[in-house]
Amino acid sequence: MDQGLILLTMVGMGAVTYLPRLLPILFLSGRTLKPLIVAWLRLVPPAVLSAMLLPSLLVPEERIDLSFDNIFFWAALVAFPVAWKSRSLFATVLVGMGLVALARYCGLGL
Amino acid sequence: MLRFCSPWQYAMHAMNDPHTSSSAAVFRGVRRATPIILGYVPIGFAYGVLAGKSGISAANTLIMSLIVFAGSAQFIAVGLFASGTGPAVVILTTFVVNLRHLLMAASLAPYLSKWSRRRQAMFAYELTDETFALHSTATRDLSDCPLEALSLNVTAQASWVLGSALGVVASNLIGDVKPLGLDYALSAMFIGLLVSQCTSPVRVATAVFSGLLATVLFLAGWHQFHIIAATIAGATFGLAVEQWTKG
Repeated sequence: MDQGLILLTMVGMGAVTYLPRLLPILFLSGRTLKPLIVAWLRLVPPAVLSAMLLPSLLVPEERIDLSFDNIFFWAALVAFPVAWKSRSLFATVLVGMGLVALARYCGLGL
Repeated sequence: MLRFCSPWQYAMHAMNDPHTSSSAAVFRGVRRATPIILGYVPIGFAYGVLAGKSGISAANTLIMSLIVFAGSAQFIAVGLFASGTGPAVVILTTFVVNLRHLLMAASLAPYLSKWSRRRQAMFAYELTDETFALHSTATRDLSDCPLEALSLNVTAQASWVLGSALGVVASNLIGDVKPLGLDYALSAMFIGLLVSQCTSPVRVATAVFSGLLATVLFLAGWHQFHIIAATIAGATFGLAVEQWTKG
């Protein structure tokens, strides 16, 4: 593909990425929203984080895989209690990465 | 630690000492971005390697990290470019993949009411899954200290661009980030952030419902819309539980 056309396409990609990030902030900030809407918006963070995370842990390819080959799932079983106990993002990331690295060193996983 | 975040405190302090307050806020933003840097440099690296191998020029690879700045969409776009997909399909796919940010922006909007329009526009430019996740667990800082939040965002994008650049340079060599477990960094970060979001039974129920529904939808073949559909359903479910248990 021509590099000039790629560049133009990327400008379009940038626009359709930026607008959904920008418009809700411009339109919703500074307004007094109904309490029910505020309560709903407060629940968006746990909902969206879990919706992004859980499929990536349970479904490495096309189907659910809870075997030891799916090291992301098993590392998560340790990382969740570590996060709960330590309340430290940094510790959770290091333990998670360390376990995945260790498992691969031992020949597990993909 | 001294915190000078409201404009008033800021102005009062700046009269006495023009440097400490703003530089301290910038520094706090950089420091809070550390977990994101850990994730973005290696994943940006992987993106740079992949783009280089797919025949996208070094300049275009970096420009995409600068003007799109969306991890998964950039990976998908590289694959589409490599297979010769036309511009319209690439742009439409990007739109669908990134539409979830609409909900994230809406959820943070109430905390940006005191911000200037210009700063809101800058903030939105660097609103990714990861920066959103960090800001949503510290909404008071977000509301009171625009400089800290913007510094966090800029640091995140800088590490993404840095990773991309290293990947471009290394794309002729072997680019495998797996042996160090670096490809797990962002998942692990999401685990930590999700746990810190689960502050009440209703929020736990919301997360469980949304996560399981997203998994089911993904298995059913919804590979783009599963996140946004599960988020809307999950937050609505949580709200219903909240209202029902209240009344």
